[in-house]
Amino acid sequence: MDMSNNWNWNTGKRIIAEFGKWEDNFDWVEEPYVSPDGDKIAAVVKTGEMEFSVCVNGSAWENTFDKVWYTRFAPDGRLTAIVSDTGAWTLAIDGTAWEETFDYIWDTRFTPDGQTIVCAAQQGMRYLLVKNGAPWGESVFANIGHTAVSPDGSRLAAVVQTEEFSEGDIFKFQEGCYSVAVNGHVWDRNFVNAWETSFSANNQHVATEVRLSLYDYTIAVDGQTWNATYPSVWKPVFNPRDTTVTAPVKSAGAWILACDGQPLWTRKYAQLWHHMYSPDGSKIAAIAAPKFGRWTMAIDDQPWSATFGDFVDEAVFSPDGQRLACIGVENKQHRIVVDGQTWADGFDMAWQPVFSPDSQHVAARVEKDGQFSIVVDGQPLKEAFNRVWDPVFSPDSRHIMVRALEGQGTDAVYTRAVIPLTEILG
Amino acid sequence: MNDATVVETKEIYDKGIEEGAAKLTPEKIKQVYTQMMNAEAGARLKTYVENCVSCGLCSEACHFYLSYDKDPRFSPAGKVRQTMATLMKKKGAVSVETMKKISEIASTECNLCKRCAQYCPFGLDVAFVMLFVRRLCHKLGISPHYIQDTAHSHSVTGNQMWVKSDEWIDSLQWQEEEAQDEIENLRIPVEKEGAEIFYSVIGPEPKFRAQLIYQAAVIFNAAGLNWTMPATPGWDNSDMAMFTGDHEIMARIKRMHFETAMRLKVKRIVMGECGHAFRSVYDMGNRALAWRMPPVEVTHSIEFFYELLRDGKIKIPEKYKPTVTVHDPCNVVRGRGLHEMLRYVVHATCENVVEMHPNREHNICCAAGGGVINCGPPWKMKRVNGNKIKANQLFETKSRGAETCVAPCHNCHGGLEDIIHHNEIGMDLKFLGDIIYEVMEKPERV
Repeated sequence: MDMSNNWNWNTGKRIIAEFGKWEDNFDWVEEPYVSPDGDKIAAVVKTGEMEFSVCVNGSAWENTFDKVWYTRFAPDGRLTAIVSDTGAWTLAIDGTAWEETFDYIWDTRFTPDGQTIVCAAQQGMRYLLVKNGAPWGESVFANIGHTAVSPDGSRLAAVVQTEEFSEGDIFKFQEGCYSVAVNGHVWDRNFVNAWETSFSANNQHVATEVRLSLYDYTIAVDGQTWNATYPSVWKPVFNPRDTTVTAPVKSAGAWILACDGQPLWTRKYAQLWHHMYSPDGSKIAAIAAPKFGRWTMAIDDQPWSATFGDFVDEAVFSPDGQRLACIGVENKQHRIVVDGQTWADGFDMAWQPVFSPDSQHVAARVEKDGQFSIVVDGQPLKEAFNRVWDPVFSPDSRHIMVRALEGQGTDAVYTRAVIPLTEILG
Repeated sequence: MNDATVVETKEIYDKGIEEGAAKLTPEKIKQVYTQMMNAEAGARLKTYVENCVSCGLCSEACHFYLSYDKDPRFSPAGKVRQTMATLMKKKGAVSVETMKKISEIASTECNLCKRCAQYCPFGLDVAFVMLFVRRLCHKLGISPHYIQDTAHSHSVTGNQMWVKSDEWIDSLQWQEEEAQDEIENLRIPVEKEGAEIFYSVIGPEPKFRAQLIYQAAVIFNAAGLNWTMPATPGWDNSDMAMFTGDHEIMARIKRMHFETAMRLKVKRIVMGECGHAFRSVYDMGNRALAWRMPPVEVTHSIEFFYELLRDGKIKIPEKYKPTVTVHDPCNVVRGRGLHEMLRYVVHATCENVVEMHPNREHNICCAAGGGVINCGPPWKMKRVNGNKIKANQLFETKSRGAETCVAPCHNCHGGLEDIIHHNEIGMDLKFLGDIIYEVMEKPERV
């Protein structure tokens, strides 16, 4: 959910924090994270013997903990960290821990608006999900995984172990000991395995990839399996326009895209995964290997002609659904690819491309020779940084926010700059 | 009658094979065989099976054959003849009893070490054939019990030891705390996006050999490296599904592993001292997913330690004193050619080294690899007796002063440990990481 309308988009650069100086105050300063609006930088710090906290813009949280890890900003700008106090684990938000504690928590997730925060938890060797500090109900399980959160945060799903079995009891396992729980309520059917899970756009339906026996894979939607089975499947996704479900499935030795148990795409791929819908649901794109060892994007079953030998990753549709960008890697050189066209420069690393709200521009965080920068429409910024975070376009698509660490060691400062695109693109 | 014959002829009960076979019929065997031959068997399999001229050169390459009094049933060609060649000759029309024996041979009498392929004048790859047979056994539901359970664990948790997500992260944090008692502020960075290196390990490390994670952390920190370990499934590089023939789970867990590296934006994966995992990430798992090579560079620990020592990133003020011998793990020596780097590391860290013979790419397998040790206790003595030749090698190095055997592979460790113990060889067994940790210069705790 885009909250950038409320952020400061005045052009210019500000030093937010003298990050390098934090080491003068703390024994231990971990890698920093920055807020979506760029106004905060935070890192786990050691404040005393076995005492940790999180430092934000130079000031540590008042509360300290035995252990702090997985510091992450929610989309709404709240800062979360998993914390432990005398062996009891919970989540702290802006320094205040949830009242409820657990024997362990992990896997923090956020809804797009940041209002719902979910963690997996273990209490007395039983497993559950926790939403905004409260257990998802009475239900606890022998194991939990593959958490999914509905877009509005009202529903949580996870793969759960529903039947106890001893390690080594292979025949009990093969009878099916796993299912999917939605808000703690388990589907009335067990599977040998269940893996990645998706919610429908209207939050009402859940689809999961399942294994019915050691050999038969299919998709289950709200507990009902497709009629067809396959030698393998990957994660299903709902069409945002309706409640049809698509998934890559293996058929006759090749991968195709299927919809509700029927072939949708006709072309056969050596691999097909990470399929995604354009925002309006009119197009489907997927990472594809049209032949063994060559990777590209396929849109509506049409692969791009540009292919890459290492891998393709980080695909994203533009907001208007008319454009697609990704990273293509060949011989370790990471390149930004937009609409099938590869940008000239190669990088040692590249992050997911970001489209401007008007879908006209693409920017990405890149790294070359240990220096980080931002590239916009193929043009690199003049400056390189010690570290940089993903670029953010202004709501009017005319400016870009660059969040960066400049300088080395104790001279390092965290800066937030808003730059007119004309300054980069001319 | 010697021990070997006793073990070989004794019925070994394996719940996975027996109870699986109880559900089989000859018709089912033929049906699945026919499906597999039509869908998955190509010219390569036919070439390997049909072009053997029974010259016997492979026999002398096989530790099982050499250890079981040169019984031809244990020769690589003999094993192909008793399994795939029989199936092909009879077009899958074999009895359930025969199929049980075929499963036993493919899973417990061949380590897939590929030493025989090296000596075959035609380069026939018996390991490839045995893997095909294992996949058939998987499809028939008659894989050995223990390794099948491991494949189940992979399918649920992504790791081979049923380690749950919280247990994994907790293990890392526990090891970090332990290490901080020795080295102040030592860190095991978890989920550090953009680190140079993702250090990946196998399931037994958090479960049984957590000190290896500790030691690795000390080495990474002393070398000043930017590294991380994930908090998600995908941390385990091992792969027993590869050895049961469950290619779909093999592919699934390998995808998880590589996509974890991609998500963390690391430049490369450094893997712990494991041989079979290297085979999975460098050859079979990646290719099952249509990656010709690993999508993210993979460096085995042998090569990694070689780099650190060569570049002076870790210092060895005083070498390891006891005389050591070196065991070459098949998957990273015949499979990757790391034997000279291994020797560089051993000589850089140990005072006295005596070679066992044959060595390097001609090494004799530990008899544990290829999933054989993972078939568990029912098959232990058959495996241990099937490698008297390795016991002889170890005795011979001991006669030349070797007190410690260095084996940079988990399965080799398990196998050699059993051989050393059963044959009362009296030799220590160490990973490279054990020795480096012991002799390296470490920052002192304030």
